[in-house]
Parts: sequence; structure tokens; C-alpha cells
Amino acid sequence: MTNKKTSDGKRNFLSIFYEELSRSSLTIIVLSVISGFVMGGILVILTAPEVYKAFGTSFVSGLSTSWNIVAKTYSSLFLGAIGNPARIAEALGSGDRALILKAFTPFLESLVVTTPYLFTGVAVAMGFRAGLFNIGAEGQVLVGAIAAGWAGWSFTGLSPWIHVPLAMLIGALAGGLWGFVPGFLKVKTGAHEVITTIMMNYVAYYLIYYLIAAPLRDPNEVTPKTPWVLESAHLFRFFPDPIRFHFGFFIALMVAILAWYILFKTTWGYELRTVGLNPNASRYAGMNITVVTIAAMALSGAIAGMAGASEILGVTWRQSQALATGYGFDSIALALLAQNHPLGVILTALLFGFLRSGSRVMQLSAGTPVYIINILQAFIILFIAAPAIIRTIFRLKQPAAKEAPLPISLSEKKS
Amino acid sequence: MKSSTKNQNWITKVLDPARLRQWLPGVLFILVGIFIKLVLNEAVEADALTTFTTNINKTSIQIPNFVFNTRFGLDLISGLCAGIGIYQILRGFKNKLTMIIAVMGILVVFGFLVWGASGTSLSFTGMLAVMVIRSVPITIGALAGILCERAGIINIAIEGMMIAGAFAGAVVGSIFNLWAGILAAIMIGALLALVHAVLSIKYKVDQIISGTMINIFSTGLTSYLYIKFLQDTENQWLNESGFFRPMPIPGLAKIPVIGPIFFDHNLYIYAMYILVAILTIALFKTKWGLRHRSVGEYPKAADTLGVNVFRTRYLACLLSGMVAGFAGSYFSLGSVGRFEQTMTAGRGFIALAAMIFGKWNPLGALQAGMLFGFAESLTTKLSLLNFPIPAEVLLMLPYIITIIVLAGVVGRSRGPAAAGSAYEKESL
Repeated sequence: MTNKKTSDGKRNFLSIFYEELSRSSLTIIVLSVISGFVMGGILVILTAPEVYKAFGTSFVSGLSTSWNIVAKTYSSLFLGAIGNPARIAEALGSGDRALILKAFTPFLESLVVTTPYLFTGVAVAMGFRAGLFNIGAEGQVLVGAIAAGWAGWSFTGLSPWIHVPLAMLIGALAGGLWGFVPGFLKVKTGAHEVITTIMMNYVAYYLIYYLIAAPLRDPNEVTPKTPWVLESAHLFRFFPDPIRFHFGFFIALMVAILAWYILFKTTWGYELRTVGLNPNASRYAGMNITVVTIAAMALSGAIAGMAGASEILGVTWRQSQALATGYGFDSIALALLAQNHPLGVILTALLFGFLRSGSRVMQLSAGTPVYIINILQAFIILFIAAPAIIRTIFRLKQPAAKEAPLPISLSEKKS
Repeated sequence: MKSSTKNQNWITKVLDPARLRQWLPGVLFILVGIFIKLVLNEAVEADALTTFTTNINKTSIQIPNFVFNTRFGLDLISGLCAGIGIYQILRGFKNKLTMIIAVMGILVVFGFLVWGASGTSLSFTGMLAVMVIRSVPITIGALAGILCERAGIINIAIEGMMIAGAFAGAVVGSIFNLWAGILAAIMIGALLALVHAVLSIKYKVDQIISGTMINIFSTGLTSYLYIKFLQDTENQWLNESGFFRPMPIPGLAKIPVIGPIFFDHNLYIYAMYILVAILTIALFKTKWGLRHRSVGEYPKAADTLGVNVFRTRYLACLLSGMVAGFAGSYFSLGSVGRFEQTMTAGRGFIALAAMIFGKWNPLGALQAGMLFGFAESLTTKLSLLNFPIPAEVLLMLPYIITIIVLAGVVGRSRGPAAAGSAYEKESL
């Protein structure tokens, strides 16, 4: 409060720091995540019968039960995602390789879950940058997986150096096709990509359900499943068997960095971002909106397709009919949280990967359903999309320039 | 750069929308006719008979079943298809093309039915009755979309409001009674709509982001509560609401074929008819409707003339949420009598497509809803016949139809001009 009164020369370091912090969008992001967790905690308390019972006996015991339940939920989430710090320290102390690996298993498993998030997050962010809302990442992941898997088991006698890139490429192409269709339809007919991509998700779902049920089914299996991906198409795994950490993680990192380079260091990326920000201005500037939009959507689909490819080549090695992955839908919140920046996606993908990986342990040990993660995501989207809410709650300063709720607007642009 | 623009020109010439719309459908129609003649007709015996069962219950007056020679029926259909196609290429149906495509669709489906039911019988009336039932959530959902978008707010959260409505309806319906369940569904829809309204009107959040957030939230929350509470066997009483029984309308239900199809259902089907009628009159025949639509088309002008843009939009959102919540309660209280995870299965999005297909018009939405309902009933019925197309491929049908519809193959439909943009009052 006193900052305002003091003149510019006399402000101390702390107040300047506070002011800068207050205006930075990074603060909003961090506070959004924290607020999301707080809201999730409140929900956990509200839906716990034991809390109401405890409040019945006394107010203090009610409070302590609430605290215990939230602490148990989030600590088991943490333990499931990262592992037990005590055990990690003990294993490192003992120096036994097997023990160390065992202690780090949850951490490495979280990186395995992070991998598809990296791809889909970059894919959705890429779409957002071009002013396109790609809700179809889910379907693109599925077709990418089945196409890469098909390449993985039907091409025999290839060296891994050829087979793996080939299978990844075919997965990316399939995903790209799934992204191309909505992009093409948007430009040529004006069909809004939000609905067409959702419809493409369902088409992908039933198509793959059918493919696994009949043409691509492994005849030796009782339940519908595809054949195994050949060994030559497996993505390299770094550790012995129970640990599934594979080379796909690094491919995903490279894709994220490459996407950053394309978006921010090339002319084409500049065009893509301009079209996303203001299609009319870019049309006047002589940019080919048709090509940019279609290419952006296809590229977005291709990256999402690689997520499916890396899953089937690195983790599952085959596909059953249990299809819904959820990666595509989660990556909407993920990309928004990263402010649609590919390098930011690396951080948020790690966050979401660890959350998802830890949530399984949480459901088992604390009895909190994994869907708490979806609710967290919804709140995070809410706070990111409406920073005014966060500013009001935490009494932050208004930013110097009038900020748009989001760097882009997705709703139909009228010319 | 040069070659790409050249390429561009070539593509635009061939795909020039005006020309494309003239000849492409015509060629397609003729091809369909040839396909029916050559493939379907050849695949059946010359003396095979097709039977369409006409009576599904004893409520209506009983009439004899409809029996005819399969080949004769298929010849008739393929001839009609080819005739329509030739007329389209030579003269063009112009703005009636939408209707003609619908007719073509019906002919093709009819052809497949005639062929599939060759040698056996198919309950034709039953299939259409299922169509009406399945169209309910889609049509009512589309009405919710119309209410919102006519006032300039895109409501992509219908799916989320529906699943919340289904959940609230099932749980409250189990604790109290079915009517309380409906009320709860309406309230929860209104609550979510209020969030959407505050975000998109007050905080000017992009309406699609706001809607997506609500979808993620309510899918997550209902799944969370379902796993936490409703899965336990001791809590089963919380998820046993039961459902509304059919109430045949006296008199009308007695008409053969028509009666069982349209007038022998439960409350939700009649509510759909009534809502379509109310909304049509309210939007297009009242002062309220004129103001409502003006806010969606040109809010600045409406504001200048003294219409309260913000209040109109809030009200539109709330009404839309209530209608969407009611549509959601159909899934639990109107059909299966309990809640299941993700039981809406994307119907909220199909409802949006129905809204667009129906050109933001309640009657159009009803027709589009019936179309999607028919696609759904087709998939359930065809799996019973000896049909060579796998069920999974048929299940794609509603979604592919939606994409085709959205792509404007059946004529471009334009939404309210101001939909999607937040209104900002100019400050002096």
C-alpha cells in the first residue's frame, strides 16, 4: 500500500520486486496451479463422509480430519509420482544398483507418462498458436498408435535404425491425416474445428475398435488384440524390465524444442502465429491463410500421432480395445497452462505426467478417485483463462498493459 | 511461392463451391442408384420377399404387415436415385438441395433396409419409434444451444451440463422422486450455465475455453462422485431412480404406425414437442424473442435501442443451462433409470451439430435431431439383421453425418453474427 506514495527514486528493492512479481504472468500461472490444488483439496474434504462425522463430535477434530484427508491424498499423490524420498536416500546410500532402480521406479514411470503429454501438449499448443482449437488430439493419438503399430508388426527384416523411424513416421502421418481433415474443412467450408475434431475422435475410436476386432486382430488371441510389435521396432529402453522408461521421452523433448524453433525462429512459424493472432491482418500482409491453417492443423495432428506411436512402440507394444487414453483431452489444460509455448509445455507436461502417474497410487492408498485430476485441470483452465479471478483473490496489481484473457481468441473470427 | 499460388488457383477452380454443389451431388446420386441396382439387387434371390412389421404393440389399431418382392423394391429405389441425380446435374435443385439430400439419404437407407430384411422381417415401426426416443437428448440439447447462441454466447458446454443433469437427476431422483430429480437436473444445469455466463460475460473469457472448462469439470466431477460413492454396493439405493413410464396419448396413440412412433412414449418425448413449439413462438413471434435475437446479431444496436445486452445474455445462458440440464436428466430418468459414467457419450456435441444443421431454428433442430436419432436406431437395428457391414462401422455413422453436415455439403448455414464475441459497453 505504501509503494504508491513513495516516489520512484525511493522505492526499496522489495516493493519493486513485489510489483514486478505481481504483474508477471508467471505469477498467475504458479498461483493458478496452487489455487487448483486448493480447490481440489476442498472438494476432497467436502466429499469425505468421515469429515462430517468428525465435525459432529467437535469442531477441532473436524478440522484435523479434514487436514489429514487432504494431506493423505496429496502425499500419496506425491509418493506415487516421485517415490519415497527416504527409500531413495537409503538406496543411494547402499549403492546397490537394483535397489536404486527400484527406488527410482515411480519417478521413471512418471517420465513414461509424461512422454505422450509432451507430444500432445506441443500439438495442442501449436494449434492454439495458429488460432485453432485442436480437441482432436485424442483421436490423433489413437490413429497414430494403430498406424505405427501396424508398421511395427507387418514390416519384417528391417534394422531397428530404419524400422523405428519408419514406424514413428507412419504414426505421425496417420495423425497428420486426422488433423488435416478438420483443417481442410475449416478453411474450405467454414466447419468449426472444435466440433469436427470431436467428431473425428469418435470416428477414430470406432474405426480402431473395428480394426482390432477384425482385420488387425491377432488370430491367436481370445480377446481382440493386435499382434505384438516386432523387436526391431521397439523404442530403446534404458533399464531392465519392470522399468519402461524409453527413448521416446527424448524424441518428445526434441519435438518440443523443434516446435519452439519453428514457431519462433522461422518465417513460417511467424506466419502461423500471425494468422492465429489476427487472420485479417495476415491476409492483408499477403500470407496464405488457407495453407497456413491446413498445415498447422496437420502438423498438430502429426505431433499428436507421434504420441500414440511412441506409446505403442515404447510402452505397450500392442493395442487392445481399451482405447480412451485421455492424453488428448488433458493436453488442452496443459497447453493453456504453458501459455502455448512449446518450452513451457515441457514443464507443464512434467507436472501433468507426474500428477497422472501419482493419481493411480492415490486412488489405491487414499481412496481418492483419479478423476480429481480432471477437476484440478478444470480449475487450472478457469484461473488461467480468467486471470482477473486470481488477481482479485490474491490482490495482485493490474498489469501495465490491458491484458487479453488469452493471447488468442478461438471463437469464429468474422471478416 | 509462385508455384504454390498457381496450385491454389487450380484447386479453387475445380473446387469452386458454386460449381461443385451443382454437379457433385448429381454424380453422387447416380452412382448410388447404380450401386443399388448392381450390387444390392444382384445379391438377392429373384423371388425373395421383404417384410416390414407394422405393429409393435396392442395400443394402436392393428393393420397387416407390409410385404413385397425385394428386387422390385430395390429397382424402384435405384430408379428414383438415378432420376434425382440426372435432374440435379441438368437443372439443379438450387436451394431445395438440402431437402433432396435428405430424401436421398432416406432412399439409400431404405434400400439397405429392404435388402437387409430380404427373406426376414424388420420392425419398421419399432425402428422409427426408437428414432424418436433417441432424438430427444439431441433435440433438446440443440434447443439449449439455440437459446444461448441466439443471444450471442457460444455454449459448447452442453455436454457437460447434460452429464451433470444426468447425475443429479439419478441421485436426487433416487432419494426423493422422479420429479425432484428433474428439478435437480434443471438446477444443476442452471448453476453450470451461471458459471459460463459470468466467465464469458463478466470476465470476457473466450467462450469456447470457458465451455471446455465446464465440460472437463463436470465430466470429472460426476466420474469422481460416481467412483467415490455410487460404486459401493451399500450405496446402490442412491442410484436407483427408476424412469418415467410411457404414457400413450389417448386417441392419437391409436393411429396405426403413426401412433406408436410419435405418441406412445414417456414424458420426455412430449416435453421435446412442447419445448420446440414454445421456443419457436417465443423466438420468432414475441417482443422478447426479437430482443433476444437482436442481442445475438448486433448487440451494439440493441444496446442503443435500450435493450439490456448483459441481462439478456445472462438470462439466455441460464435458460440454456436449464434446458440442457433437463436434456441430461433424460439419460438417467428417461431411459435407463440410473447413472453411468460418461453416459452422454458426446450427445452434447452432436446436439451442437444438430443446432447448426437446423440453422439455429427450433423446428430445424427437431428435424436434425430426428436424423441423428434415426442414425442411432439404425445401428441398433441393423446389427440384428444379417448385415455384412460391421456394427463398429455403422456406429461411426452419426459422427460422419455430423462432419458432412458441418462441412456445409447440405448448404451453408450462418449463425448469429455476434456469437462468440464478448460485448463491451463503450465507455465515454
